[in-house]
Amino acid sequence: MPELAQTETTARKPKLDLKMYGPAIALVILCIIGFSLNSAFLSEGNITNLLTRSAFIGIIAVGATFVITSGGIDLSVGSMAAAIAGIMIILMNALVDILGTGVLTVVVGAGCAVLLGALAGLANGLLTTKGKIEAFIVTLGTMGIFRSLVTYFADGGTLSLNFDIRGTYRPVYYDSLLGVPYPVWVFAVVAVAGWLLMNRTTFGRYCTAIGSNEHVAQYSAINVNKIKTWTYVIQGLCVALATVIYVPRLGSASSSTGVLWELEAIAAVIIGGTVLKGGYGRIGGTIFGALILTTIGNILNFTDVVSNYLNGTMQGLIIIIAVWLQRADWGKPKD
Amino acid sequence: MVVKNPMASDGLLCADSLSKSFGTVPVLFSVSFSLKAGEVHALIGENGAGKSTLMKIMSGFHSPTSGRIIYDGESVTLPPNGGAEALGIVLIHQELNLAEQMTVAENIFLGREISKRGILDRQEMNSRVVRMLADVGLDISPDTRISELSIAQKQMVEIAKAMSRNARVLIMDEPTAVLTEAETRILFKQVNRLRDQGVAIMFVSHKLHEVKEISDRVTVLRDGQWIGTSPTADLDLDDMARMMVGRELSDLYPPVNEPDVDAQIALSVTGLQTKNLRNLSFDLRKGEILGFSGLVGSGRTEVFEAICGLVPMHAGSITTFGNEARFNSVAQARDAGIVYLTKDRKGKGLLLEEGMQTNLTLLALPQFARHLILDRKKEEAALTRAIRRFDIRARDPNVLAKDMSGGNQQKLLLAKVMEANPKIVIIDEPTRGIDVGTKQQIYHFIAALAAEGVSIVVISSEMPEVIGISHRVIIMREGRIAGTVSGRDINETQIVRYAAGLNEEKTHA
Repeated sequence: MPELAQTETTARKPKLDLKMYGPAIALVILCIIGFSLNSAFLSEGNITNLLTRSAFIGIIAVGATFVITSGGIDLSVGSMAAAIAGIMIILMNALVDILGTGVLTVVVGAGCAVLLGALAGLANGLLTTKGKIEAFIVTLGTMGIFRSLVTYFADGGTLSLNFDIRGTYRPVYYDSLLGVPYPVWVFAVVAVAGWLLMNRTTFGRYCTAIGSNEHVAQYSAINVNKIKTWTYVIQGLCVALATVIYVPRLGSASSSTGVLWELEAIAAVIIGGTVLKGGYGRIGGTIFGALILTTIGNILNFTDVVSNYLNGTMQGLIIIIAVWLQRADWGKPKD
Repeated sequence: MVVKNPMASDGLLCADSLSKSFGTVPVLFSVSFSLKAGEVHALIGENGAGKSTLMKIMSGFHSPTSGRIIYDGESVTLPPNGGAEALGIVLIHQELNLAEQMTVAENIFLGREISKRGILDRQEMNSRVVRMLADVGLDISPDTRISELSIAQKQMVEIAKAMSRNARVLIMDEPTAVLTEAETRILFKQVNRLRDQGVAIMFVSHKLHEVKEISDRVTVLRDGQWIGTSPTADLDLDDMARMMVGRELSDLYPPVNEPDVDAQIALSVTGLQTKNLRNLSFDLRKGEILGFSGLVGSGRTEVFEAICGLVPMHAGSITTFGNEARFNSVAQARDAGIVYLTKDRKGKGLLLEEGMQTNLTLLALPQFARHLILDRKKEEAALTRAIRRFDIRARDPNVLAKDMSGGNQQKLLLAKVMEANPKIVIIDEPTRGIDVGTKQQIYHFIAALAAEGVSIVVISSEMPEVIGISHRVIIMREGRIAGTVSGRDINETQIVRYAAGLNEEKTHA
């Protein structure tokens, strides 16, 4: 019976291609629109600015890709960023008396921020896995907690970094290496590391398996709770890294820091082709997703055709269109 | 014995020279089929023979590439997506289509609720449902949630729902695949009743003795071609199997070689207790095939889920090859050489949205990684090897697991657990829902593994299977071992007596 397997061909190909290249094509189209509206869009200064601004959301979104791919969700990232920023500023200001205003203070402060991020992620992870509470609920809870913490620490106002440390810390956001700003370097490193982790390691494979079907994962000798917890820790680390490069930009933190970042991060992940219910994750797509979101805002700054205040509307439309394009069965034969 | 291709006009619902291609791949070649009112017409064939496709075309879920559907003497185009229900043609899917969190009454009236001035008339609907349920012999309240029902009960609800829609044609996709013997009896009673009422029933099954019992006519498909249609009375089981496979199936079961009674004990379980199991003890020798029989719900699966760390153990001890062992996770069991192949292929076995590659290496993934980095070449080599070793027939190596036939999925699952190089393999329902040809292959794989010195446990609800391949059979009843039979005592009578509690174990340690 050599011809037995007739039904077993795949109708995935045409759909897959759009999933693969859709985000990249969208970004190119956006760039063409931007350039045609104002040629300064493609100037070196603007491109650098665009990439730097994409870095925060991009780094956080890389972490979110792991969480979402393994079937979870983290709504707390924006608040977490604000809390980490606030605590880091308080810590650095306090360290001035002991360590002075030099590099050491900044390094210790940043190190603590990274540790805090990991711990916050661990808390989210353990509550969802060991605590058996839905990720949506857990992170909705921690979102409120983190947000109120920063408000409390700032006494309802703004936490400002010591002026001298600001001078030491400033280059992390504003300086460049080989013509590329530091935040962009960090973004690139996180992106490459994330891509490798997702596509070339057992960890990435396990995330996909868990998001695809937790039972199958469990029966396939995968420690589901451990892997899921790790995804939240990675998310926490990414938030901390993004915060560390974000703080020197303004040198302050308040209750409005990082507002709606969680939605932008999730949007970047979804625009990039990762499936919200898990089981299919694309780091490359996420990077493009983050760039697309920043580019929209940037183009609106360049033109008077659409009001800048409609930035959210444009981003919302792009998200909906992106998912609609991914869902549609283009070129799939109709049964 | 076999009549010519049926004329497409002598039935209530007829398929006339239907062909169907998915993309460029043809799956049905000019197949004709006629279904008369008041008959049960069985459709049989191996996995991939085109049964599902034919069924779906005849119920409007697929449209044919060429050919006609004739309903009530008129050529029709069936409305898609279940719209044919309005015409009286109902397909009962294998994965039942009921809203789990809604009640029986809500499900039955879904989409055509009775209301009075815009307010749902729950009383009226409930009282009608009570009558319908009584008709199908189901003693449950119309307010019961579907999620609380057994699979058999859900099936009855589906049938009641179909009948409430005045179905004239009922198409059933392997309705007995997940039913116990007793539940099958109840289903058949209803099928017979519907037939007497003049309903035309198309019945797809892999269980040939059931086909023989319930159907009036049989149509056989093979490789998308019509092979024959014949009154069931004219065929015996061997005839059917021969027509399906296209060759003699003289040796469905491989020869059982003599077990080595002095072989090392691979697995020894003493006093195992869990929530549902009471004081279980047994040994498994190297190279032995140990059957686990018993009714569904007797705790067979739980024994091995407990051993593999999937279900908490309350008491008992396990030794493997003489070493004390206690596994808290599947990974620990795997590392000790024990793997469990689940009966729930789609729910717990395979990642349906992934390809063969990802599925194959998932259980043994650490073997395919160095410092956490995956060795893709090694993975590809493993797939090539597995496809050859287990004869997995997929035209495209990138096919998703969900698009593979049941038989190929099962082979892939077997290949997956074998990647871990186990010394003890536990196979739960090795041939559920797969065709005769593939069954035979699986039995031969199992026998070959045992001959290589792998110890095998086969948990199965199919009596002939347990009898055909096991060296020794343990029969479970209500969470305990009811008895053990070996050699000549392995026969249906003995096993059934133990399973039903007629033979109580007298001297088992």
